[in-house]
Amino acid sequence: MIFDDFVTRAIFAGLGVSLAAAPLGCFVVWRKMAYFGEATAHAAVLGVALSLALSVSLIGGVLAVSLAMALIVASLGERGYGIDTLLGVLAHSSLAAGLVAVSFLGGARLNLMAYLFGDILSVSRGDLMAIWAGAALAGGLTIWRWSALLTATLSRDLAYASGIDPRREKLFLTLALALVVAVAIKVVGALLITALLIIPPAAARPFSRTPEAMAALAALIGGLSVLLGLWLSFIYDTPAGPSIVSAAALFFAVTHIAGLARGQS
Amino acid sequence: MNLIEAKNLTVTLGGHVALRDVDFQISQGEIVTVVGPNGSGKTTLLRALIGAIRPSGGSVRHQPGLTIGYVPQGLAIDPTLPLTVARFLNLPRRRSAKAAAAALARAGAAGLDQRPLTALSGGQFQRVLLARALLEKPQILVLDEPTTGLDQPGSAAFYHQIEEIRQSLGCAVLMVSHELHVVMSASDRVICLNGHVCCHGTPDVVASAPEYRALFGTGTRGALALYRHDHDHGHDHGHDHNHAHEHHHDHEHSENAPRPERESADDI
Repeated sequence: MIFDDFVTRAIFAGLGVSLAAAPLGCFVVWRKMAYFGEATAHAAVLGVALSLALSVSLIGGVLAVSLAMALIVASLGERGYGIDTLLGVLAHSSLAAGLVAVSFLGGARLNLMAYLFGDILSVSRGDLMAIWAGAALAGGLTIWRWSALLTATLSRDLAYASGIDPRREKLFLTLALALVVAVAIKVVGALLITALLIIPPAAARPFSRTPEAMAALAALIGGLSVLLGLWLSFIYDTPAGPSIVSAAALFFAVTHIAGLARGQS
Repeated sequence: MNLIEAKNLTVTLGGHVALRDVDFQISQGEIVTVVGPNGSGKTTLLRALIGAIRPSGGSVRHQPGLTIGYVPQGLAIDPTLPLTVARFLNLPRRRSAKAAAAALARAGAAGLDQRPLTALSGGQFQRVLLARALLEKPQILVLDEPTTGLDQPGSAAFYHQIEEIRQSLGCAVLMVSHELHVVMSASDRVICLNGHVCCHGTPDVVASAPEYRALFGTGTRGALALYRHDHDHGHDHGHDHNHAHEHHHDHEHSENAPRPERESADDI
């Protein structure tokens, strides 16, 4: 069975997350939701502490807390005075609260680094199934709502006039985001989930003429980053999650320099 | 039945009452224009009527299954979002390439389909927005200051296009404008807004109403007469010779305008 090998499991876990993150990450970029993603992802650490304390499944605990945080942040509205500051407060205080909560559980019980930076090489077959189920759900949700979300992203009024409720679409986006955070924590860790959401779409931008092309190219770049990152981590014995993100950053640099050379950045 | 009907509509934005007790209705094929000074709640009224703002008092009713073609004042497109005209026209629903090309032609933007939205001029952009609205097969076309950023011949041509579309599609038109004189001559009804409805009625009635004059001054009356003249003139010539007509229009305009500097003052 091919999934007996931990390397194969790591590759498939990474590919699953990066495929779901690509279309979702496009919206995070277009809607300037980087901080929103950050707050949701950082809340995952609190979710880890909670699921360990209550002895419930890790993904379930992370999903619940991330979703709660995402809903709180979404209800604050997209614009308004001090929203940037407010998101910064929430993102970092949820991370700090999570770290404090984890310390109460006793350091011996868990390896904190694994949740902050991911532990893709320890993905079990059960983890892999959960990752693919969550990724498929998040990706499917994004693709299902694609047109409505795109219209609402472009203009709320345009969406309303066409009978689309932008607030409802944002809820779908929020749910998909929480799902990706929950399945990505094992792969790249809470601190780097936003990177996996933002960097591949940003890298795809210079060579995309339509939103769909950007999402497809982002998926390709995300997948290649996983493969390249894992390969580098084997050769140089570097941590896997940060290596994947570094590979994505490399793609970003390459496409933007190539875009500049072509005269369109 | 009315396409859109509002009763005692009150809208509060950030603690400030933007609209108070507005009654409004528009029926099939009508052209209604909303005029008013800056900050008078014109855009707020449109947004409440299309359902983008929930009223804090009163009600807004749509005819069941109403299709709205909305032309916003502009779009802030994030530079990270790549969007061609062709793709934009397929939002939120897929359209056939033929229908999209026909809508572009009808809006006066034929052949622009492969351009990125960010590479369009102000006038082209407005026409592309109009084309997208037409693809919704609207029973009512709602335009929010559609000629912002266009020069005077440009906006005259744009309004001409709107009138043609109204005639061929039979849809109602609801628009907000700063350019009182141009718009009013083409309207069936005008609503003068300043947080509440100051006055409403046919262009004649509104232009001579004291409330309207208090807001816009009396100079507009002359301008209104002038533009009505141009409007009649357009009918004499029918639909062809579009270009020649526009030239002539400009010419007439400068010849007849008694005090051109007055006009810009009326633009508010």
